Amino acid sequence: MSLISTPRRDVAWIGRFSALLRYGVLIGVGLIMLYPLFWMVAASFKPNHEIFGSVSLWPQDPTMDGVVKGWRTGTEYSFATYLLNSFAFIMPKVVLTVVSSVLVAYGFARFRMPGKQLWFALMVATILLPKSVLLIPQYLMFREFGWLDTYLPLYVPCAFATDGFFVFMVVQFLRGIPPDMEEAAVIDGCNSLQVLWHVVVPVIMPAIISVALFQFMWSLNDFLYPLIYLSSVGKYPVALALKMAIDVTEATAWNQVLAMSTIALLPSLIVFFLAQKYFVEGITSGSVKG
Amino acid sequence: MYDNRVSGYLYIAPFLIGLATFTLFPFLASFLLSFSDYQLQDPVEQARFLGLGNYTQMAGDDTFHGSLGVTFLYVFITVPLKLAFALFIAFVLNFKLRGIGFFRTAYYVPSILGGSVAIAVLWRYVFAGDGLINQVLVWAGGEPLNWLGEPAYALFTVVLLRLWQFGSAMVVFLAGLQNIPTDLYEAATIDGAGKARIFFTITLPLLTPVIFFNFIMQIVQAFQEFNGPYIITGGGPLKSTYLLPLMIYEEAFKYFNVGYAAALSWVLFLIIALFTIIAFASAKYWVFYGNEREDGE
Repeated sequence: MSLISTPRRDVAWIGRFSALLRYGVLIGVGLIMLYPLFWMVAASFKPNHEIFGSVSLWPQDPTMDGVVKGWRTGTEYSFATYLLNSFAFIMPKVVLTVVSSVLVAYGFARFRMPGKQLWFALMVATILLPKSVLLIPQYLMFREFGWLDTYLPLYVPCAFATDGFFVFMVVQFLRGIPPDMEEAAVIDGCNSLQVLWHVVVPVIMPAIISVALFQFMWSLNDFLYPLIYLSSVGKYPVALALKMAIDVTEATAWNQVLAMSTIALLPSLIVFFLAQKYFVEGITSGSVKG
Repeated sequence: MYDNRVSGYLYIAPFLIGLATFTLFPFLASFLLSFSDYQLQDPVEQARFLGLGNYTQMAGDDTFHGSLGVTFLYVFITVPLKLAFALFIAFVLNFKLRGIGFFRTAYYVPSILGGSVAIAVLWRYVFAGDGLINQVLVWAGGEPLNWLGEPAYALFTVVLLRLWQFGSAMVVFLAGLQNIPTDLYEAATIDGAGKARIFFTITLPLLTPVIFFNFIMQIVQAFQEFNGPYIITGGGPLKSTYLLPLMIYEEAFKYFNVGYAAALSWVLFLIIALFTIIAFASAKYWVFYGNEREDGE
């Protein structure tokens, strides 16, 4: 806050010096943090001997070899298959999460009913419940259903608002919106579902986008669930394909594996840069407004 | 706004069904399994009741003791460091600097990507024998270190991956800082308060709700870390990065000791629950909410 610093002119140089110091810290920390990412992208276009041989970022002998071989992967499937596999369960996951979270959050935020406090408290408690305590019985349950080696265990639970975090996010957002417009719509003869669709959804669009984006990113990063549920390589998502790649190609072909990692991060990066503000709003809505 | 309890329950019905099916039932089932000798490959009916067998086995299991120790070490190092660093950077960013948006983005990106397998793979290569870090060390005239082969260093690399993701906590801190009304700072400055005093009597107390939120989330997440150590070190060397979630996974899905794994997962749950309860119980002594400011100092 510039308000804190002393306004007198004779100490203005202190202000300039501390601004310089702050920029120094910010740039220094930023460089150290982002350097590995730049190194990874650069290494994707280097021949292997150059990755070990020089600290410089720019490839002296640029080659597409790593990208091409990485895309082909060491398996019978190309990287495209793994990307498509990821999307095959992430898309239903995102849609089901959005729909169920909005419906449930609407119920919590706009309806008076007995027992609401208890259910809401339980919902918040599930956010803090470690997933590993549920992992084993869920696995046994889905095995009984005959769902192993399918994508069903990965997205069906999302239809039932199992990620309390997202419900909480939408509830917090809804609480910040006065229900005047909705009441007017009720007087005009809309039922609650019509109000939700025509009045509420357009207003809470930023929260809906945040939910969709976070669920997309987290699902893309998800590793443990695909690891225990999927066994055929042909159904592997990107996360499992990468793990497989380091087990197989380890010692030699760094540029291939790093190129695959770079490609794997692209969807997240693109989505993040297209919709940055929703991430910041989404992550702060639960903590600061509440 | 609506008084119709039937439609209210209809809207939250998906959640109630999900809560019963995918949360409460598995939660109780893992409690029951933790008293059984159930093996993954057997039909569930064959499970035998063991009493406290799994829990007494834990008492004499050196792997479990090691894993528990490493888990606590990991959480106690990463959570305070990550929070302190996130707060520090948020504080620096909160000065009206040009380019704040750029820096905020640059710091936030790692926390978006950090949990992915791709970044864990990158970490493995950055800290490998002839990886980036050792190249830089040699270039600077130092000795290369065996990052992934020495127990202490291996834990350090895994810890560093978590610290690298401080961005999301920082964004929350930053929003909290920007929520503090500027007239408070003005009033304090007029009263002649110095910067340090302003920080400790205004900024920090008003930030405690956000610190509390971040603390709880970080504790809960750190106790559940799996991807990083599993990909980077596989829990080694000498189990120095064998966090409890890795042990639970391997007991259940590698050695098929589901009963024992369920008992381990309940221990992990109880530890997290204990920390959460302590945090919430202590909140009234150190977390300041806006409306209490009146009767404060």
